[in-house]
Formats: sequence, C-alpha cells, structure tokens
Amino acid sequence: MARSVTLQRKSFNTLIAWIIGLLLFFPILWTILTSFKTEAQAIADPPVWFFFDWTLENYRVVQERSNYSRFLWNSIIIAGGSTILGMIIAIPAAWSMAFVPSNRTKDILLWMLSTKMLPAVGVLYPIYLIFIQLGLLDTRIGLTIVLMLINLPIMVWMLYTYFKEIPGEILEAARMDGAGLKEEILYVLTPMAIPGIASTVLLNIILAWNEAFWTLNLTAARAAPLTAFIASYSSPEGLFYAKLSAASTMAIAPILILGWFSQKQLVRGLTFGAVK
Amino acid sequence: MRLGKSLVASTALALIAASGAYAQSLTIATVNNGDMIRMQALSSEFTDATGIELEWVILEENILRQRVTQDIATSGGQFDIMTIGMYETPIWAERGWLVALDGLPDDYDKDDILPAMRAGLSFDGTMYAAPFYGESSMVMYRTDLMEAAGMDMPEEPTWDDIAAAAAAMTDRENNINGICLRGRAGWGENTAFITTVANSFGARWFDMDWNAQLDSPEWLEALTFYNDLLQSYGPPGAANNGFNENLTLFQQGRCGMWIDATVAASFVTNPNDSTVADSVGFALAPNKDGLDKRANWLWAWALAIPAGTQQEDAAMEFINWATSKAYLELVAEREGWANVPPGTRTSLYENPDYASIPFADMTLRSINAADPNNPTLEPVPYVGIQFVAIPEWAGIGTQAGQEFSAMVAGQQTPEQALARAQALVTDEMEAAGY
Amino acid sequence: MSTKASRSAARLMLAPAVILLLGWMLVPLTLTLIFSFQRYLPLRGGFQGWVGFENYVRFVTSSAFWPSVQATVIIVGGVLLITVTLGILLALLLDQPMWGQGMVRILVIAPFFVMPTVSGLVWKNMFMDPNNGLLSHLWRAFGADPIIWLSDASMLSIILIVSWQWLPFATLILLTAIQSLDSEQLEAAEMDGAPVLSRFWHIILPHLSRAITIVILIQTIFLLAIFAEIFVTTQGSFGTRTLTYLIFQRVLESQNVGLGSAGGIYAVILANIFALFLMRIVGKNLDR
Repeated sequence: MARSVTLQRKSFNTLIAWIIGLLLFFPILWTILTSFKTEAQAIADPPVWFFFDWTLENYRVVQERSNYSRFLWNSIIIAGGSTILGMIIAIPAAWSMAFVPSNRTKDILLWMLSTKMLPAVGVLYPIYLIFIQLGLLDTRIGLTIVLMLINLPIMVWMLYTYFKEIPGEILEAARMDGAGLKEEILYVLTPMAIPGIASTVLLNIILAWNEAFWTLNLTAARAAPLTAFIASYSSPEGLFYAKLSAASTMAIAPILILGWFSQKQLVRGLTFGAVK
Repeated sequence: MRLGKSLVASTALALIAASGAYAQSLTIATVNNGDMIRMQALSSEFTDATGIELEWVILEENILRQRVTQDIATSGGQFDIMTIGMYETPIWAERGWLVALDGLPDDYDKDDILPAMRAGLSFDGTMYAAPFYGESSMVMYRTDLMEAAGMDMPEEPTWDDIAAAAAAMTDRENNINGICLRGRAGWGENTAFITTVANSFGARWFDMDWNAQLDSPEWLEALTFYNDLLQSYGPPGAANNGFNENLTLFQQGRCGMWIDATVAASFVTNPNDSTVADSVGFALAPNKDGLDKRANWLWAWALAIPAGTQQEDAAMEFINWATSKAYLELVAEREGWANVPPGTRTSLYENPDYASIPFADMTLRSINAADPNNPTLEPVPYVGIQFVAIPEWAGIGTQAGQEFSAMVAGQQTPEQALARAQALVTDEMEAAGY
Repeated sequence: MSTKASRSAARLMLAPAVILLLGWMLVPLTLTLIFSFQRYLPLRGGFQGWVGFENYVRFVTSSAFWPSVQATVIIVGGVLLITVTLGILLALLLDQPMWGQGMVRILVIAPFFVMPTVSGLVWKNMFMDPNNGLLSHLWRAFGADPIIWLSDASMLSIILIVSWQWLPFATLILLTAIQSLDSEQLEAAEMDGAPVLSRFWHIILPHLSRAITIVILIQTIFLLAIFAEIFVTTQGSFGTRTLTYLIFQRVLESQNVGLGSAGGIYAVILANIFALFLMRIVGKNLDR
C-alpha cells in the first residue's frame, strides 16, 4: 500500500518536474529548432515544430559572413585565461581568509563584493582612456585582465565559503606531520577543496563567457569574442529569425555543452556558504 | 588639458607599435545592412588586387555608432575606416577627427557624386566621407490593394491622400494594416521620420536662438496626425517597429503603405524575400496641402578615415574601391542592377540598365527633393533634415523619440509627449551650454 | 591556531587580490570623480572647465532621475521576488524522488548558460514580437488579441526575461540548501501529523533563510548592473530606463561624460547603501 502511494507520488513529481523543465528549456530548444528552418518557416503561423525540411543554410550564411572560429577562439582564451588568472590570485586569498582569519576578514570580504557595484557604463570612459594609454585596446590580455577583476570578488567569496567548511583539525594534523605551507595547500587542502574549486572555475567561465559590456566595448576585430559576433546579427534587413537563431546557437552551444557535462561539479560547489 | 595631450601622445606611440605588427591590414567598422554585407563578401577582389588584408567589424547600427563615437572621441585608434552617416561627418570633421578625402584619384570622379550627398558629407566645402549608399524617403504602396479599393495614388501625394488611402486599404480581418510607420524610439528611427512629418507641417526643432520649439502648434498638429494614422490604421505594436520590423511586415503583405527609406525599395521588390514583390508602387514623400515642403529626408552611409590612422593610404585605396563606379559595375555583374548600392552617383541614374529598375527614378527624384540646408519652412540655425547636426542630437533625438514611442503605445497624449520632449530638450541644451 | 609566521604569510597571500581590486576600484573611481566635476563633452573638444557640483545637481533634478531609480528598484525587486519564490518551489520539487532527475536538472539549469544579449534578442523577436512572435501565435490560436509585450507590459517583459536567466541560479543554491536539511527532522514532523504548509513554514523556510539571503545578495549585485537585456529590447523606452541605462544615455548617447560620471557616482552611492543593508544581514549570517 505504502509503496503504491510513493509510486503515484513519484509519477506525479516526475510529470510536473518534466513539464517545468521543458518549459524553462523551451526558448533554447525553439532557438535551436528555428536555426534549421528557412526564414519563411521561422515565422510561420501556425508554427512548424519538427516536421520541416531541416536545412543547414543559415549556418552556412553565418559562417560565410563571420569567421566563427576566431570569435570562438577568443571567447575560449578570454574566459579560460581570466579564470586561470583569477584562481591563481583567489585561491591564496581565500585560503588566508578562511584559515587565518583576522577581525577584519569579514570587512575585506564584503568590501571585495562591493567593488562589483561600480556601474560599468559609468567608468567606461576612464577605463577606455587607461586602455589606450596601456595599449590594451582590442587585445585578449586586456580583456582577460578586466574580466578577471570583475569576477575576482565572486571567486574569492565562493572559495572562501567552501574552504571554511574544511575542518581545521585536518590542517593541524598535517602540520604536526611536518607539512609546510606549500605542502599543506598542495597536498591537503587542494584535494579536499577540489569540488569547490571546480565549481568556482565553472561558474567563472560561464560569467566570463557571457559578459557583454566590456567584451563589446574594449574590442574591435582581433580580440572580439562571441558577444561581438552576436552583435552583428541582432537586426539586419528583412527576415532574420532563422539566421539569428543559427548565430545564437553557435554562440551559446559551447558553453551549454560544457555546462551540461559538468553540471554535477557546478552544482556541488555552488553553495556560497548557503549550507551550514 | 594635460592629461589629454599625454593621452594623444601615448596613443600615437601605441598605434605605431600596433601598426608595425599589422602592416597592410585595415580594420573596417561597418553596419550590418545588406549592402555592407555584400561589400564584405566582394572585398576579396580588393585584397587580391592590392594585397591589403581587411579585418571586418560588423555591428548592429546602435552598437556601431556607440563604438565608433567612443573610439574617435578618445582617439582610441581602433579602426582605419569607419562607416558613419551624414549626422556624424560634419561634426567630426569640424573637430579635425577625419582625414579629408582630397587624395582620391581623378578617375574617382568626385563630380559624379550626387550634389545632395556630397554636400551632406562635406564640411567647409571639403568632402570627409565617401557615400557608400544614399537614400531619401518615399511612399511605398501596394498597387493591388489600391486598385481593389478603387483608388489612385498620385505621384506627389499630400498627407490627406495618404490618410484616405490608409483608411481604404486597412482590412483588420485579413491582417492588412493601411499604413506602417516607424514607432521604435531612436534618433535614427522614429524621431527621424517624425521630424520629416513635422518639417512638412511647418514645424522646426529650434528657432534661430536655439530655443526648443516643440511647444508650437505646428508640432502638435504634425504629431497628432502621425499618431492618429498609426492608431487608426497602423499594425499592432507599432511603438516597437523600426525600419527592419516594418520591412518584414511589408514583405509579408501586412502593410498597405509604408513611408520609409528609398533603399527599402530593392528589398520589397525582391521576389526572393518579398511576397508582394510585383505589386509595389512608389510615390514622393507627402506634403501638407498648401505647404511647399515635402517630408523627404536625406541620409547616406559613408566611409571615412579617422585622423591618426597609420594606414591612411591603404584606407584611401579601399574607399576608392568601395565607392567607385567600378564597384557598382562589379555588384551589377554579380548580383544584378537592382542590388547595386543606390543613391550615390549621377552616372548610375544615367545608365539605361539602371533606369529600367522600377524604383530608380523615384529614388532620384526623392533625393533631389531633399535640401539639408533648408529643411524647414521657417529658418533654423542647423543643417540636417531628419536630424539636427549638433553633438547633442543623438541624446536629444533618442530621448524625445522615447516620448513619441510611449505616445504611440497609448501611454500618453501628443500634448504630453511634446511637453515632456520640450522639457528634456531644453534641459539637454542647457547642459551643453547653449 | 595560527602562528605569527603563518599570519604574515596569510597577509602576503591576501595582498594580490586586495591590491588588484583596490586598483580596479580606485583608479576608475577617481577618474570618474574628477570627470564629474568637469564640463566634459568629448564631441565639443573634451574638457571645458570645472563646474563644481553642477553635474550632480543637474543629474538629480532631471525629470528622468527618480523614475529611473524607481524602474531599477522594480526590476531588481520583481526579479528577486520571482526567482526566490519559484526557486524555492522548484528546489522543493527537484528534491523529491522522480525519474530522470539529472535530465530535469539539466533542462532547468540551461537558461543560466545563455548570454544576456542572446536571451534578450530571442525573447524580443521570437517570442514577444506582436506580429511574428510565438506568443502572439499562441494568443491568436485562442482567438485573443496578442499582447504587445515590450510596450504595453514593458516592465513585466524585462522582469520575465531576466528572471528566466536567473531562476536556475536561485534554484541550484536553494536546492543544495534543501538537500542539506536533516530528513529525520522532517520525517518526525510528518509523523507528528504536521500539515505540509506548517512543515514548510516552520522547518524548511527557516533552514533556507541563509541560502535565500545569499541568493538575494549575489543576484542583486548582478541585477543592478543589467544592461544588455534592456539595450536589445526596449532601449529604455516605456518606463524601463534604469539608473544604469540613464547613465549610459548620458555618457554615450548624449556624450556628456561629466554629467554621466556624476550619475555614476550616484549609482555607486545608492548601490552601496543597498549593499550595506544587505551585507549586514548576510554578515550576521556569515558569523553563525
């Protein structure tokens, strides 16, 4: 008896959850489907769903117009680079705040977050002028640095909350065994913190990949990532839903795939200290 | 300002460093319109002939404007060629930010460029940007629907003719709207169109002392007329429709009429994209009965070279290629005469092959009807027809456009929209020090 | 636990992050502050003299200022309300046993990966367009007049688009929090015959309070800065001009850097007041 109730409930849960899941995913699905239609099918009323002549024409047109691989490569370098650079700086900082806290630790942490409050549009002119002076405009390194700085507070905070959950006794035990600071971090802390680090890395890649203000305003041709790629498809002349969909799919597919494969890791560490 | 000087100096240094590494490669910023996309596709011909590599930065209009303005105002030096319009050219030229196009060879034949285009892209008599395509505005209407309604569109209609035709063609049951007009906010969108309507009703943006004139009865009459047209005969959601949305609607056969850029003529008559390709007629932009001012605008997308580029010669060479007579022939040979970038050269309109295109004659007449130096009935201190060529215009025009757009959405009356626009224009002008 | 040596080592390890962020904050902020006291019009040749607090006065007295603050608060508040409420419900649901849980989670999480520009464009054109959008087809299929989303329900549209992007984030954090809930405690309550609602109210919600604060804090930081979603949809028309967008209009459309910089300083101040308030709560939670 009890079992059949749970079975019923499980079926009900499954049904509702799948409906909601599909509803949330639908805009993406629709974009992907539309990218394989002709422009006329893309706006057809009633809409065509799966049974149409699937065409790769839109992808061909988009590829012909823009050198997708270069935009993609720039996105990878910038998102990856800013994440690596950020982790190199954030891990020691988070470590020191988590394990050698002072009475100012909390203030520093909150101050770091507050640096994200500076509205980007308000400081565009200053940053642009500085970039000109440093010769960093339209360079990958310039964008990498900016995106690293933008996301650094989030990285530090995420790592800090994760590190804090690691019991201090383990570190003490390692120290008793004669482990130095380097060994402590490398062999004791890091393995334990891998889920938190992995999750931070993933979140940061997503945030950097999708950043659309600085990446657009500080680049021209050479360092432009996929956010700039999409900016040339937003409103061309005539019907464009299918082409827009193809370009959109190309812009989000890499990160979507990465996200799906690593969603377990992402979810596991994405707590920001919410769990105690 | 000392900071400014040192910035310029260091920019120059950075540019020299950069150009060393990327010699003979031009960075071109352009807008994602069909004619420019075609230019990009054909540009391999240029590279093959000259060995000059091209880096394309193709952006949507609003983003492009923001990017190039930001870059030129800070001497960022990101682009060797910028695609700009009639609005930017005289302002930037006055600041000394553009390279004068004196270096174009003789066979470029500057005198062949339509006088209105050349005048609009010059400052102090010198041309600073070369027109890639030019346009005015005109009426595009459905000949089949007009016929069904038993009406005739005069070649030179008045606003009353337009209103009558819109009323006759509107057929909500069949999803046909009598008239489609720009409603989307932006100085280059609804404000451009509304300004031409206002001009033809005898209104103006500023008097000779730069006092905003939006509280005038002429403005109210013009704006009310525009609003009534859209409310009664316009498509749903007109407040969000810009050039592109209306083009799509017209191509789908949902508009009886559309008053917009002359370049749209080649898109609405192209059977590949347009379901109504063989039933489109053209007429001059309307005037108000009794007033001698038509609602024509004048615009050109043009190529310009920012001062300070290290690649001036190569850039000049590219501009010479892209805006030459030979380029028009190249497009004609590849894609047919209908797809040639219009509105720039006299010789194109004298070419019998081109003259047979149905919209060629009306395009030329529309361009010739526009006079940016005398845009209004009463005198004004500015040039520009659907814009006011002052640096503050982009801000003013867009914010006023948002008020007009809210009016079309039914959120305020024309009186309220004008009162708010008047206040914000006065505000902005004050902030700019007028 | 920490020795003197490790304390100085710790300081050394913290230093790069602090110095970099200090630089990232101070340099642009100082320049912005300097600009804000100037008449600085790039298209009129740049620096045109010092004007004291004129820009500050002009920015707040402009008729656009208070509506923009209001729009910001409504958008941020609306998105928070939707994402937190739906996030809790969705997290509770995902915590239940079901078939294909991993797959559902993948579907739910997906919107978070979509870049704001793309999501704005897709929603605006393919869904909310009153003539060709999917939603208009749907409305017409039921014989109704399509909603003109971006003008007649502009605020709601923006809130919906942004909520769609941030709901996954809220759901995930809340889900981890729910999963950490002691299931024995819940079962005991269930045995006692506590109704569902009271179980939720007295056990689950208090347990989630910390997670909710964190979701609110982090989302607020990002939501205050939303720009792309507005830029590609309404461009600030129909009452959707947020403070960020207003500053954008001043700096880039009107090319009045002095005025825009003053606006930037206001935004920093307002954001920090808001943040201080939030952080006090979170800070308290962090101590627990």
